[in-house]
Amino acid sequence: MILQGENILKQYHHKGETINALDHVSFKVNKGDFVTVTGPSGSGKSTLLLALFGLIRLTSGNIIFDGKRIDNIGDRQLTDIRKKSIGYILQSFALIPYLTTIQNVMIPLALEKIPGKEQAKRAREILDYVGLSDRMEHLPRELSAGQQQRIAIARSIIHRPQIIMADEPTGNLDPTLSLEILEFLKKINRENKITIIMVTHSSVAAGYGTMKLHLNEGKIVTSGN
Amino acid sequence: MTILKLVFIELWKRKSQLITGLLAITLGIAVIVAIQSVSVVSEQNVARNLDNLGANILVLPQGASIDDYYTSDIDAPTLPMDYVERILTSTIAGVDNMSPKLTRRVKVGDQSVVLTGILPKSEIASKPLWQSSGLLGAELKTACAPSQSANKSHGLEDEKLKRKAIDTLNSKDCLAGSQVAKRLKLSANGRINIMGKEFNIVKILPETGTVDDDRIFANLRDVQQLLGIENQVSAIEIMGCCNAISEGLLGKLRNILPDTRITTIGQIVSTQIETNQLMKKITLIMLIIIFFVGGISIGNYIWANVNERKREIGILRMMGAERSTIYKMFLLKALILGVAGGILGYLLGTLAGVILGPYLAGIVVKPVYIYLLWSVLLSVTISLAGSLFPTYLAAKFDPHTNLQED
Repeated sequence: MILQGENILKQYHHKGETINALDHVSFKVNKGDFVTVTGPSGSGKSTLLLALFGLIRLTSGNIIFDGKRIDNIGDRQLTDIRKKSIGYILQSFALIPYLTTIQNVMIPLALEKIPGKEQAKRAREILDYVGLSDRMEHLPRELSAGQQQRIAIARSIIHRPQIIMADEPTGNLDPTLSLEILEFLKKINRENKITIIMVTHSSVAAGYGTMKLHLNEGKIVTSGN
Repeated sequence: MTILKLVFIELWKRKSQLITGLLAITLGIAVIVAIQSVSVVSEQNVARNLDNLGANILVLPQGASIDDYYTSDIDAPTLPMDYVERILTSTIAGVDNMSPKLTRRVKVGDQSVVLTGILPKSEIASKPLWQSSGLLGAELKTACAPSQSANKSHGLEDEKLKRKAIDTLNSKDCLAGSQVAKRLKLSANGRINIMGKEFNIVKILPETGTVDDDRIFANLRDVQQLLGIENQVSAIEIMGCCNAISEGLLGKLRNILPDTRITTIGQIVSTQIETNQLMKKITLIMLIIIFFVGGISIGNYIWANVNERKREIGILRMMGAERSTIYKMFLLKALILGVAGGILGYLLGTLAGVILGPYLAGIVVKPVYIYLLWSVLLSVTISLAGSLFPTYLAAKFDPHTNLQED
């Protein structure tokens, strides 16, 4: 098991009302799982992902990652876990607009202070793997949406994380490109044994999951393979 | 890829913003450098002109008045010659030049003239102890110059001694003031008999409009011997640095010369001090204005940059960038702007001083290289100070909030 949520409660207060964004959610994720998280808007999918990123604090409950509780550790340790063990793919690609393809991909390695030559070598290999070796010196605005998302995928795996957290990775793509990206994520999951947790609205995307969580009003209503 | 490279790439890709950010700090530093470059030379010129007016401190025997010194009464009190040595061997700073004098009114034929014994430069230089005192050595500088380095950079190190001191005045030689020369019909290379001793007239001094025009100058030793006042002087004229005078030079001299009356020639000292203080005040006011204007300008630029890059900060924080990395990113940028602004400001200010100095102040301004260091230090300080608060806010941003603002 790589990730476990135990009785996760996240409350927000709005105009004197308490809202349970996550209402005592529990789940277990094994290494190599492809988890899809679905549910209507406001069901708590993104909140769950943020909680697992360590980007928001829980009201109560535990999150155990790789055998250690991470819900009660300091900002610096959480940052370290995000830097070394987690890769991110977002709907909006989240690329830095003034950096070239290869420079964007190298950022996680730069944050780990890996030497420049090693960074460049690994970035070339990864860009070759995602089929963008001929677009290394292009700026994001010079590339298509699908290519930009592939850069984001390359950036998410370059530092060899244990988990990739993807928030609506196909939300900005047309159906053909969506399938391309989903197939790519499946490939990464199978070939590299990287656990993927993907939040999605799409039933097609949800079909790629080996473990499926469906949330409604902050609660897991269905869970299964 | 490193954080420094990321900063350089961002600066390079947003050149127009970089230029705007640099402009305020560069112009601010340029104004300071231009004012300072002109004012240093201007102070030097004032100091040199005031030096020409002569000594500004007079050491007289206790109980003697300035009138006694100028009227040169036959029984006017005197000082021991040792006092000269006391000043020279002391550690007091700010004594630029001095001239011990013995003055008496004597008869030449049926005419009354003032005979003044002076110590020529060659005699001062011949005393090893005095040579090491600084009077003729490294400490020599034009009175009230802002610093010794400023003197050196303007080539003024030895100018005053060359101008003020009489190099040699041998025994039996004398110099005659213009008025006394007319009255006694003296000419250069002629001879004069004073109290039974023959003197060669080496030179007739040009008219100065002072009491010196009515004096005959001879070697101090000769005059002491002639008057029978061995090892005594009427007064010691001192050229003191005005800044040192305002910082208590007179008190220090009184401590080592207890039985004396020490006075300043107020007009010279106060004029020079006022000039220097005015220059310092102008520079200080400009410095304060530029610190605030420059700091606010850079702060505003960095704040706009932070806002523009909220999403980027969010991405980096999400990927594991620590708060310290965000600090580093923006403070490195401020540092680069500071260094560039300092260098450009120095070059622009120096150029402005060199070009405008002759037109505006009638002086030739040369580059003062040490200002490059000060410009960079000042610019970096302003830049970092202005950037601290926006950077602090940037490091506090919530990563996910900034990503969702897209």
